[in-house]
Amino acid sequence: MTNSDRNRLKDKAFQVFGVFCTFIGLAVLAIFLIDILIDGLGRINWEFLNNLPSRRAHRAGIYTAWIGTLWILLLTTVIAFPLGISAGIYLEEYAKKSRMATILEINIANLAGVPSIIYGLLGLEIFVRLMALGGSLLAGALTLSLLILPIVIVTTREAIKAVPRSIREGSFALGASKWQTVWHQVLPASFGGILTGVILAMSRAVGEAAPLIVIGALAYVPFAPASPMDEFTVLPIQIFNWISRPQAAFATNAAAAIIVLLLITFILNGIAVYLRHKWQKRIKW
Amino acid sequence: MKNKKNKLEAIGLNAYYGDFLALKNISVAMEENQVTAFIGPSGCGKSTFLRTLNRMNDYIDGFRVEGEILLDEQDIYRKEVRVDELRKQVGMVFQKPNPFPKTIYENVVYGLKIQGIKDKELLMETAENTLRQTTLWEEVKDKLHKSALALSGGQQQRLCIARALAISPSVLLMDEPTSALDPISTAKIEELIYELKKNYTIVIVTHNMQQAGRISDHTAFFYMGELVEFAKTKTLFTSPKDTRTQNYITGRFG
Repeated sequence: MTNSDRNRLKDKAFQVFGVFCTFIGLAVLAIFLIDILIDGLGRINWEFLNNLPSRRAHRAGIYTAWIGTLWILLLTTVIAFPLGISAGIYLEEYAKKSRMATILEINIANLAGVPSIIYGLLGLEIFVRLMALGGSLLAGALTLSLLILPIVIVTTREAIKAVPRSIREGSFALGASKWQTVWHQVLPASFGGILTGVILAMSRAVGEAAPLIVIGALAYVPFAPASPMDEFTVLPIQIFNWISRPQAAFATNAAAAIIVLLLITFILNGIAVYLRHKWQKRIKW
Repeated sequence: MKNKKNKLEAIGLNAYYGDFLALKNISVAMEENQVTAFIGPSGCGKSTFLRTLNRMNDYIDGFRVEGEILLDEQDIYRKEVRVDELRKQVGMVFQKPNPFPKTIYENVVYGLKIQGIKDKELLMETAENTLRQTTLWEEVKDKLHKSALALSGGQQQRLCIARALAISPSVLLMDEPTSALDPISTAKIEELIYELKKNYTIVIVTHNMQQAGRISDHTAFFYMGELVEFAKTKTLFTSPKDTRTQNYITGRFG
């Protein structure tokens, strides 16, 4: 066997191995999806989406949970979006390279890795107790905002970094200030990337149960929340609650709720992929 | 020919990147409505010097200058000078064409728009004028609202020149404006520079000595952060005083 034969063989071997690895991930996901669909699809109907929670499985619905989830989604976006993007712009465009900046940077990257339950504890201490917001939507959204802020900051910075220096210089050379350059050049050129990051962060927030349980979001909320100060529950908590019950009928409910939650996440991710694709096509450096 | 007014003048200029002394005691004057070329090997400081003339290096951490740079006899590094005002007078064209990812029209009027000018007629008029000046009008008049990124490299560079002219500067700095272009586009830009010098003071960095010879009135040779020799272009190329200049222009190094 010649050297080049051996190399070709190695190449082939890795290809096969790579296909196998890819397949494992996909297969697990597929099995999970099929299983959930078999269990829960039959349970999804108008009543299930519109019923309040109940002790009787066949009458229980996810109305309060998905309204709560949408509320949380909206509030978290409104809070985390401007904060995270502004911080990202500051760090990338304004902050001077210094020891302080480096420390700040490393810490933000670290924050993205902190377990979500820790954020829950932080939220409990600051928002629920110190600011006396109680187990309200606002407290939950603030907590989740903290959780996704590092992700938003990091993806904003990455998107901004991808805008070539030459564009900034071109703008400065025409007498533009830093803010004008950011506003007219850097942000439009990186908007697709920023939005993608924000949406992916949102879909992470939608799936979180642990930090919300810690701050006192309830599994049983008899009314759909109507203002940010109301108590609330969200889909992941509802699912968690149903799964922990012994009756088989609640497991079916949980499966159906999982399908709804997955749908929301898939839609969010779909929007993210679409936006990325669209903006990438528009701008070629 | 009688001596013209000095539009730009550096006096005892030192420039540092951190501790590194990139420009050593540069004193040179650029005359009004003339083309001054900077030549020299890579890393000799010619681009750094060009970029001190519109304070483009301000954004580099650790960069600082000592000495003076006079524009119309006023030091541009004085505290009270606003860089955005300075850059309205001193335009710049870069090595690689860098059109904004916007339409051709938006590119040309960007400088005016950020000054707050909204008058559509005035903007359109300026766009047409500067695009005509840069001989681009006939090529782009039907696609003004199409992306500038679809233009060829040479067209993009002329667009960038048009964009710089739109805010009516008095000085135009050009940092190797043709090094990324083909010979035909290069010839067009060179013709353009010849035309522009009637109304603008032009300072150009070039790696191409023939180019410096063709288009410039004065040439400065930089080497290792020093201004080795500055003279009328003809004089510098035919009878250089310094052996380093001589070696460089005869192609013995660089």
